[in-house]
Amino acid sequence: MNRLTVSPSPHVHSGDSVKKNMYGVIIALVPALAASLYYFGLGAAIVTITAVLSCVFFEWAIQKFLLKNESTIMDGSAALTGLLLAFNMPTNLPLWIIIIGSLVAIGIGKMSFGGLGNNPFNPALVGRVFLLISFPVQMTLWPKPIESQASYLDASTGATPLSIMKEGLANGESVSALMAKIPSYTELFFGNSGGSGGEVAAIALLVGLLFMLIRKIITWHIPVAVIGSVAVFTGILHLVNPEAYAGPLFHLLTGGVMLGAIFMATDYVSSPMANKGMIIYGIGIGVITVVIRVFGAYPEGVSFAILIMNGFVPLIDKYVKPKRFGEVVKPAKA
Amino acid sequence: MNVVLITIISLGVLGALAAIILYFVAQKFKVFEDPRIDQVEEALPAANCGGCGFPGCRAFAEAMVKSDDISGLNCPVGGAETMSAAAAILGKEVAAAAPMVAVVRCNGTCENRPRITEYDGATSCSIASSLYGGDTGCSNGCLGLGECVDACAFDAMYMDEKTGLPIIKEDNCVSCGACVDACPKNIIELRKKGPKNRRIFVSCINTDKGAAAKKACSAACIGCKKCQKICPFDAITVENNLAYIDYDKCKLCRKCVAECPTNAIHMVNFPPPKPKVEKPVEEKAE
Amino acid sequence: MLKTFSLGGVHPAENKFSAGQKIEVLPVPEQVSVPIAQHIGAPSEPVVAKGDEVKVGQLIAKSTGFVSANIHSPVSGKVFKIDDVLDASGYKRKAIIIKVEGDEWDESIDRSEDLVKDITASPEDIIKKVGEAGIVGLGGATFPAHVKLSVPPGKTCDVLILNGVECEPYLTADHQLMMEKGDEIMVGTQILMKALKVDKAIIGIENNKPDAIKHMSELAKKYPGITIQSLKVQYPQGGEKQLIDACIGRQIPSGKLPIEVGAVVQNVGTTLAVYEAVQKNKPLFERVVTVTGKSVTKPSNFLTRVGTPLNQLIDAAGGLPEDTGKVIGGGPMMGKALSSIEVPITKGSSGVLIMPNEIAKRPKLEACIRCSKCVSVCPMGLSPYLLSTVSDKAIWDRAEEEKIMDCIECGSCSYTCPAGRPLLDYIRLGKGKVGQIMRSRTK
Repeated sequence: MNRLTVSPSPHVHSGDSVKKNMYGVIIALVPALAASLYYFGLGAAIVTITAVLSCVFFEWAIQKFLLKNESTIMDGSAALTGLLLAFNMPTNLPLWIIIIGSLVAIGIGKMSFGGLGNNPFNPALVGRVFLLISFPVQMTLWPKPIESQASYLDASTGATPLSIMKEGLANGESVSALMAKIPSYTELFFGNSGGSGGEVAAIALLVGLLFMLIRKIITWHIPVAVIGSVAVFTGILHLVNPEAYAGPLFHLLTGGVMLGAIFMATDYVSSPMANKGMIIYGIGIGVITVVIRVFGAYPEGVSFAILIMNGFVPLIDKYVKPKRFGEVVKPAKA
Repeated sequence: MNVVLITIISLGVLGALAAIILYFVAQKFKVFEDPRIDQVEEALPAANCGGCGFPGCRAFAEAMVKSDDISGLNCPVGGAETMSAAAAILGKEVAAAAPMVAVVRCNGTCENRPRITEYDGATSCSIASSLYGGDTGCSNGCLGLGECVDACAFDAMYMDEKTGLPIIKEDNCVSCGACVDACPKNIIELRKKGPKNRRIFVSCINTDKGAAAKKACSAACIGCKKCQKICPFDAITVENNLAYIDYDKCKLCRKCVAECPTNAIHMVNFPPPKPKVEKPVEEKAE
Repeated sequence: MLKTFSLGGVHPAENKFSAGQKIEVLPVPEQVSVPIAQHIGAPSEPVVAKGDEVKVGQLIAKSTGFVSANIHSPVSGKVFKIDDVLDASGYKRKAIIIKVEGDEWDESIDRSEDLVKDITASPEDIIKKVGEAGIVGLGGATFPAHVKLSVPPGKTCDVLILNGVECEPYLTADHQLMMEKGDEIMVGTQILMKALKVDKAIIGIENNKPDAIKHMSELAKKYPGITIQSLKVQYPQGGEKQLIDACIGRQIPSGKLPIEVGAVVQNVGTTLAVYEAVQKNKPLFERVVTVTGKSVTKPSNFLTRVGTPLNQLIDAAGGLPEDTGKVIGGGPMMGKALSSIEVPITKGSSGVLIMPNEIAKRPKLEACIRCSKCVSVCPMGLSPYLLSTVSDKAIWDRAEEEKIMDCIECGSCSYTCPAGRPLLDYIRLGKGKVGQIMRSRTK
């Protein structure tokens, strides 16, 4: 007979693993990837492949040569970071910028804190924001959808709906006049507009959300809180002055709100642990996003909002605890 | 020009104001502290290991300053030198404490003590020992998960991969007792370093009856009392099937070492024995 | 929506291989070893000596305090010795070893199968009888039953809840008892109701046992005051706090007992033992044990005497499979892994689970990814990730602040953790330490 194994209870395991969750998110991103390939073709393919490969390479290299610990590239987290980073970049970005972005995302955003599980900020966003600040020109030139299917660096570029709105309002134009210059809501919903590779098609992202909810990879709290608070905040502004502030649907369907709410804000490591905390965190992201978009200098603010709220997560975790059993006492009948 | 001037003036005024407030606050909340505490702390090793029984060197320094009789206080890390230096600052007398060292009282190597189960829980001796007796037949023996090594702040311990037991680096050990507290099986003991660092101890704490102990581990003390009988100085007591050598009485004559049938009594730092004429050992038929 | 408890919970694969297997009476062994500590509380004190002749049901060790229990001889024969033997955890514990001769029962025990429905004993007599019979919670916690029945002054009990949940995967002993001894359990329930002076009893059964729900509901019609509550399958529904919450929607406050919300919980097996003690004068010396596992040839439910060596049960179930990797006393979520199969069955042994090699080992350990799944499954609303970290780092005051003592050690967190972290291992360690600190403070 073999030697008996002795361990403390429980003696069974759900079979869930880090790998399953990471690959689950990657599968959930497949519709968005398909949409990005459809609208931006060659450029999207090159950017995505470069970002994924370089993120995985940097993680492997840092673990092999600097940290000298066991490699974790097979758990899928580095590939996921690469994929999300790619989805947050224009699809005509030169290779060297993508590689720098991947190095910052993995090297500074993740490994410098000790690797998976220890990074306080979403690594993909760290990489993205670094690039946005360092290479503002390249990071804000967006290829036009469909027509740039066969091109990469040479794609013809145009403004995103958000920047059209921002500049238009700054020049004193009215919202209704500007809405005529941007694609219709249906087109926005299906992704036929300028923007980062993965953020354009709301429908593809929502399909991903559905998949993750069914597979119990994430809970509804963060996406609903982010989307809800963006809708409510912009809705109030729109009601106050419909000509100066665009409506909630416009804000939800443009830019990175969907991608951010569903895939970036829900990053396990950099989001709160308790459900109540998740809702507070989500509302914070929504509000900051709208504040930056409407009152700030940048036309888009999702990345900054998520990074700012990432910083608040330890505080939220300290003060917002899950609802404990027996806290609300129903007195026994006398 | 005006802008620069206003900036300089307003910031200067603000700074001065803050300085004044800080000064008064500092005066108001000033706590008097005996300056000797700082001096004594300076003399201590600043290891903050807690080996003295106080939470850190400063607390120990405070205790030294405050108590009149410091004979009960000892910094095991600094030893006699540090203690006399610290006592000199205070003008107090210090009793010389014999230097101590940690010893591991288990010799249940993989060879001596076969593993009968496989532990698969968290890597922590406390967790393993609260779960069960351990992965061998000996419920007193070392679990080999290295909680003592983790507790050591002086790099004086490591796990021997071959035997699965902790090894103490004598030169680094300051006898702070952290490993003694960490071990849930109470295997590690602080013993006198002894003259020329020589010492003799029973490397086993198994209290099972002889046969059971021997079955679980070939190097176990079986409580046969042979050592007790041969010891000329009454240094050895056998209780609960286990021998213990009192280091204050032991004169390092090594008679017990030769007598022990299971080699459970260990001697440390003695010169290697002179080559003897080996008696032919009679092979017993299995 | 079926009722269940309000927070957290998991649903492990049920694997009830031995469901529907009739309870088989295991032959009396040649020798039994009866540990003197089979319950929570003070160990009992032997009242027999080496060489004494004993009969089945004779008192051999008496309780040594209020929270303690009597122990009766499970066999007839001669006391061989009273000595330290290896217990399930590989430590030496004192036990009474009896060499079996024949099977002669104490005369006062009614061995007939007839159902005695009339309850003549007064509430005080019932509690006394239960105490004398050495009855402890048979669900696995082994808390002395008479203690629970003695409602402390100033508190009132208005409902009795019976635990027929058997939420542990694999185990089927209680299920089978309800199927075969339904009437006895009903009378036992009425006895308990009388002792507690309540007119309402609820038997909670998970709906993965539709036959038991149907059978018991049928029987309950004949017994006033008893209702059956079918519950959604959710682990750890068998936990006292969760069961009360599920059945009557009351939550016990932190650090308090069920009586705080006017409820007392007993297991169905315990209830049967109460029936036998009060109506048949039979003390607790045998119980139903499930022997099961994926590669066990004949998963069974055995009625076995306390003190029977485990390997005898395993042999009766078709022998120890070749690929055995782990043997567990109890269920897979809260049971104890055994280091030897020569240990005796005790009052608290609800099952013997034999796990094949391929599932005996824990998953690979990875870094915590803060997925918060442990938080969402914790039935007590705690933060297991945090509790396990502060316990590992020995930050005991923080652990206490975070209510580590509320943990019921159900294991849902470790079960769920995608990173395979031994959360409960550390939390259990922390609970022990914090408990010590709290006790030393009140002293």
